[in-house]
Amino acid sequence: MNRTDDRPHLTRAHSLELLKQMIRISRFEDKCAELYTQEKIRGFLHLYDGEEAVAVGVIPVLEQRDRVVAAYREHGHALVRGMSMKAALAEMYGKREGCSGGRGGSMHLFDRATNFYGGNAIVGGGLPLAIGLALADRMRGEKRVTACFFGEGAAAEGEFHESMNLAALWSLPVLFVCENNLYAMGTALAISESETDIHAKAACYRLASEAVDGMDVVAVEAAARRAVHAVRETVKPYFLECRTYRFRAHSMFDAQLYRDKAEVEAWRKKGPIVRFQGWLEQNKMIHPEDVARIEAEVAAELAEAVAFAEAGTWEPVEQLTRYTYAETAN
Amino acid sequence: MPAATAPSATIELTYREAVREAIRDALKRDPRVFLMGEDVGRYGGCYAVSKGLLAEFGPERIRDTPLSESGFTGAGIGAAIAGMRPIVEVMTVNFSLLALDQILNTAATVRHMSGNQFGVPLVIRMATGAGRQLAAQHSHSLEGWYAHIPGIKVLAPATLEDARGMLWTALEDPDPVLIFEHIMLYNMSGKLAADAGPVGIDKAAVRRAGRDISLITYGGSLWKTIEAASALAAENIDAEVIDLRSLRPLDDATIMASVTKTRRAVIVDEGWRSGSLAAEICTRIVEQAFFDLDAPIGRVCSEEVPIPYPRHLEEAALPQTPKIVAAAKAALGRA
Ligand SMILES: Cc1ncc(C[n+]2csc(CCOP(=O)(O)OP(=O)(O)O)c2C)c(N)n1
Repeated sequence: MNRTDDRPHLTRAHSLELLKQMIRISRFEDKCAELYTQEKIRGFLHLYDGEEAVAVGVIPVLEQRDRVVAAYREHGHALVRGMSMKAALAEMYGKREGCSGGRGGSMHLFDRATNFYGGNAIVGGGLPLAIGLALADRMRGEKRVTACFFGEGAAAEGEFHESMNLAALWSLPVLFVCENNLYAMGTALAISESETDIHAKAACYRLASEAVDGMDVVAVEAAARRAVHAVRETVKPYFLECRTYRFRAHSMFDAQLYRDKAEVEAWRKKGPIVRFQGWLEQNKMIHPEDVARIEAEVAAELAEAVAFAEAGTWEPVEQLTRYTYAETAN
Repeated sequence: MPAATAPSATIELTYREAVREAIRDALKRDPRVFLMGEDVGRYGGCYAVSKGLLAEFGPERIRDTPLSESGFTGAGIGAAIAGMRPIVEVMTVNFSLLALDQILNTAATVRHMSGNQFGVPLVIRMATGAGRQLAAQHSHSLEGWYAHIPGIKVLAPATLEDARGMLWTALEDPDPVLIFEHIMLYNMSGKLAADAGPVGIDKAAVRRAGRDISLITYGGSLWKTIEAASALAAENIDAEVIDLRSLRPLDDATIMASVTKTRRAVIVDEGWRSGSLAAEICTRIVEQAFFDLDAPIGRVCSEEVPIPYPRHLEEAALPQTPKIVAAAKAALGRA
């Protein structure tokens, strides 16, 4: 294959699509935060604000047949992968019409139709799962890529290191995407890792590995193209560290004692949406009407999703123990 | 007029603050004590238990760890063997599964395997339980599992006195002690003697005396059970409420004394029913007090399902006061 194919084609249409997807995630989550204060959404809610360029840069590069594994900050990944806002929001309401039948909530979005395997709230828990998905593909000679997203906090877990080794040792088609937002809850990377360069850890296990500016959607997409192409062609793992930042609290319970407001504000100025939109405007690739149109489209989609979730139904209590086991022999 | 006794001063505080006071007290009493776990320092503790302790004791003794449950729990074991008195905080029981190997295969076995050459005077604290709609991976009640393991002790403080008092006693124990704090108790507030201090950890407590039935429970379920006892009182049923306090070892004497008196028992346990701590207690009653029973023993446990997210399903999955009342009435033939 021609290497130039790995480069994003920044046509006007493509640029608008990237911008729209990031705005979609952002507006969706603003709404979620509001619905959380209204107690429509309960439990833990982890927002992706500031990290949108990662999911938007990587996931559209995948093909339909590929697989996605995410963690608990996964609304953006699910939406970009093709889950409807309706199904995601209804899940967060706990309604039957939600993508997981309402049983999982915010941290457990699953979608078989788009090969979206959750939604894992145990840090590092998704990595071995991704290994297994890719192992099955390798054993059957299927040319799929499994993209596995996780935070840098997971790099301290044994499962991270076990998975790196297995992926390289067995030559598995996994794209690891580390969303390095510098904090694991209140624990800064610098106080939790002796080697703070996460992508170097993967390199130790002989994975192809690179770090990219995770606040730059174009850079992320370019890296993702290289990476996905390499995984598919070589049937070997690839590690992409996306350097990003979380603008909001870890979850809705976090008082953020561990960082200064000024630090957050400085990062906000470099946010993936303002940055990309500003760049497009400067280069006259978009007009104010474009943004207004995107906002209107997203607002309409969101209004529809809220109405859908509100109108959703509760699973009858009699069904409590359903899906603990399969209902029909597989 | 009787001579006035000076009322002992009390303070109003939450369960969270009682645990914090216990940790602070231990850090002051013994320079070998230190606290380590995820986000215990700069973040202020996942459930804000250790808030403020970093400023008071510094990062050596309030030690933030990376996300390495197996590693830092094992480190706690090693430090304890080497003469320190670590308090390891595992954020919640759900994540303790990543440290289970160290707890079971090392902490619980070293004394025996080494022919009594090495002991592990370690305390591991963790939050447990459901009730905040955190869904299947964040709602486990696995203290009953831990109570299966010889070589460790398992405590479940349900009151402010025990939240304040169990830790120091546990730290003085020569063997590993696990302390389970139910997430729904942290905000509970009440009065505690200003000079409250260490309490014993080997006896169950009768929290409400009664004649008609023994309701046996622990941890987060205690308050639901006490509420059930009040509801039963309104129907002229006089329930005795036993708070186990220690899940391993179990205080058989207190349980049997109660059951032989009331001749009926219901066990309330947030663990899943099959293979539960409730099953163990039930068996012990059958083994030791069978001929004193007037009715089959009842159990109110969690339903056998991963805990679902929506409120109505989560509530239905867990032991609740009406279920306890119903089980008690069934045991009394008054259903
Ligand atoms: C095994 C495990 N330990 C602890 C937790 C509690 N916890 C949830 S998220 C989190 C921080 C994870 O940080 P990171 O992996 O960097 O991802 P981020 O939240 O920044 O996206 C912690 C400690 C958990 N869910 N699982």
